[in-house]
Amino acid sequence: MSERPLTCHELVELVTDYLEDALSPKDRRRVEQHLALCDGCTTYLEQMRETIRLTGMVREEQIPEDQKQALLEAFRGWIR
Amino acid sequence: MGDPPILASEPDLAIVERLRAGDETAFMMLVEQHQAAMLRIARMYCSSRAVAEEAVQEAWLGIVKGLDRFEGRSSLRTWMYRIVANIAKTRARTEGRSVPFSSLTGEEEGNAGVDAAWFQGAEGRFPGGWRAFPDAWTEVPEDRLIGDETLGRIGRAIDALPPMQAEVIRLRDVLGWTSEEVRTALDLSEINQRVLLHRARSRVRRELHDYLTGGTETT
Repeated sequence: MSERPLTCHELVELVTDYLEDALSPKDRRRVEQHLALCDGCTTYLEQMRETIRLTGMVREEQIPEDQKQALLEAFRGWIR
Repeated sequence: MGDPPILASEPDLAIVERLRAGDETAFMMLVEQHQAAMLRIARMYCSSRAVAEEAVQEAWLGIVKGLDRFEGRSSLRTWMYRIVANIAKTRARTEGRSVPFSSLTGEEEGNAGVDAAWFQGAEGRFPGGWRAFPDAWTEVPEDRLIGDETLGRIGRAIDALPPMQAEVIRLRDVLGWTSEEVRTALDLSEINQRVLLHRARSRVRRELHDYLTGGTETT
């Protein structure tokens, strides 16, 4: 039995489910069949992977020193 | 929910032991790692930054005093974030303030990461197919990809997201948490966590694409 192929628009909305390994085996196959034939979606998927990689290089914001000191003071009181 | 419990790691248990013993270095390490995120979580529910800061302070007290109740059935950080969220929600309720979930997740907003206009309509030769393939980033040098300018763009794109989307992508992709930890910490269903992550990543990809390829995708 053949399944209706995914459109590019559908695939782009399934990219996260695909990367998170949250698709049923059947849908996973449909995604992979589409990717095998579609350069546009392959590029898109690659860009999502790059986005994840680059987001991982963003630094968490720093907190001001006085805030840390205030918390440390409070901690000293709490554990007494 | 019938999911298997996440177990606290050895380092988690070691930190808990040190905190119980009053170890200031261990406490400051936790503060360094989590204060910024805890403030953001509180800020989702509280009316002002000042109230959020109070809620976080109260949460730290609750964490330190509640260590004996930490049973290791979740990671330490998810346990901590739930305490912050609960305190912030309680404060918001006392203030007579309620924040609709949809405003946190951005359900009603149109800032989609995926634009239907990129794809052919029903009249096209391939309905739902690309009108034009996205330009690849393979020509962009690595120096530029990982440069401050690009990473700054990503940071600003995340800041501009609806708060819950922003927090999901920060915890997952900036800080590297697992999906289970994120949904436990933020009290989201598995599907909701994934939908929010998808919207956030799609939006950030779109901003990056505009920046790296000179804005071929119009808003």
